[in-house]
Amino acid sequence: MIGALTQLLVFQLLGEVVARWLALPVPGPVLGMLFLFVALVLRSGPDHELQTASRNLLQHLSLLFVPAGTGIMIHLHRVADEWLPLLLSLLISTVATLVVTALVMKLCMRGRTAQGDAP
Amino acid sequence: MTPQINEIWVYLSASPLLGLTITLLAYQGAFWLYRRSGTNPLVNPVLIAVTVLVLLLTLTATSYETYFAGAQFVHFLLGPATVALAVPLYTQFRRVRAMMLPVLAGLVAGSLTAALSAIAVARLFGASLPTQLSLAPKSVTTPIAMGIAERIGGIPSLTAVLVIITGIIGAGGARYVFDAMKLRDPAIRGFAIGVASHGIGTARAFQVSEQAGAFAALAMGLNGALTALLLPLVLGWLL
Repeated sequence: MIGALTQLLVFQLLGEVVARWLALPVPGPVLGMLFLFVALVLRSGPDHELQTASRNLLQHLSLLFVPAGTGIMIHLHRVADEWLPLLLSLLISTVATLVVTALVMKLCMRGRTAQGDAP
Repeated sequence: MTPQINEIWVYLSASPLLGLTITLLAYQGAFWLYRRSGTNPLVNPVLIAVTVLVLLLTLTATSYETYFAGAQFVHFLLGPATVALAVPLYTQFRRVRAMMLPVLAGLVAGSLTAALSAIAVARLFGASLPTQLSLAPKSVTTPIAMGIAERIGGIPSLTAVLVIITGIIGAGGARYVFDAMKLRDPAIRGFAIGVASHGIGTARAFQVSEQAGAFAALAMGLNGALTALLLPLVLGWLL
């Protein structure tokens, strides 16, 4: 657990440093993900510990959004003032994005199929 | 009796322990409900936990800053969790590589749809310009979205909240949208969820299947990077 956490933090740190150093618009953790991916390709796969730790962390990814989400209490005023355009914009745009992305991908891969559980 | 309880409260409200503990308790309760519902996407654990916490903090007149002093330890884990997304991405890499063209085409189309349709609908219904601009990066993962909002003239902390609501809408609604489209492929479903609703959508995808989760994670990373590069340029032409 500690070994895996250390690896994740080292790659995040590496990502943060490179993003700042080269003034990239991509945040450090996303770059860290890229670096870890390259490292996994180079050493052909994660060790057992990293595999387990990342699965546990990602199973409860939604927990990590709770503190930021609670920040809505600071913006209750603006949200109350403009709730209708906000709600319609978020609803329509999110559904439109799901539909457009899925349709474009489907069009690009006609004839190919796959099976499995779907969310 | 009463002064003692007051003293305990003074201690607790000044220590990070309380904020951290109530975050975990609220989430545990919300996740229990989510499981009890048979992981119904509408019983979103983030939505329930946030609602409980906002009510609790409002009732006890606790400021968000005080709460966040404790909750930041959970918030911090977003960084290592983002890095950890490389692992499922690696596991699914063969499938990803075989789908390079659909992935890239879907990414560009989805990324532009997410930002431009959000602005267009908000403008149509009379939202103020700062609100419109805060909405533009709503499908991008929180840290990138806040950076983009700052650059294009939105309000970063409002964007953070809109990003979360978008995630909840995507995680809750995607199943119904895809079922209506008769779309089965978990790779496409996962990728579209990741583009539209970033990490919260990805969290939901992982709870259903590893393949969908990996594609959602890929979409989230790519969409964050592409939107950060593209959106300031596109808005420069449009506005």
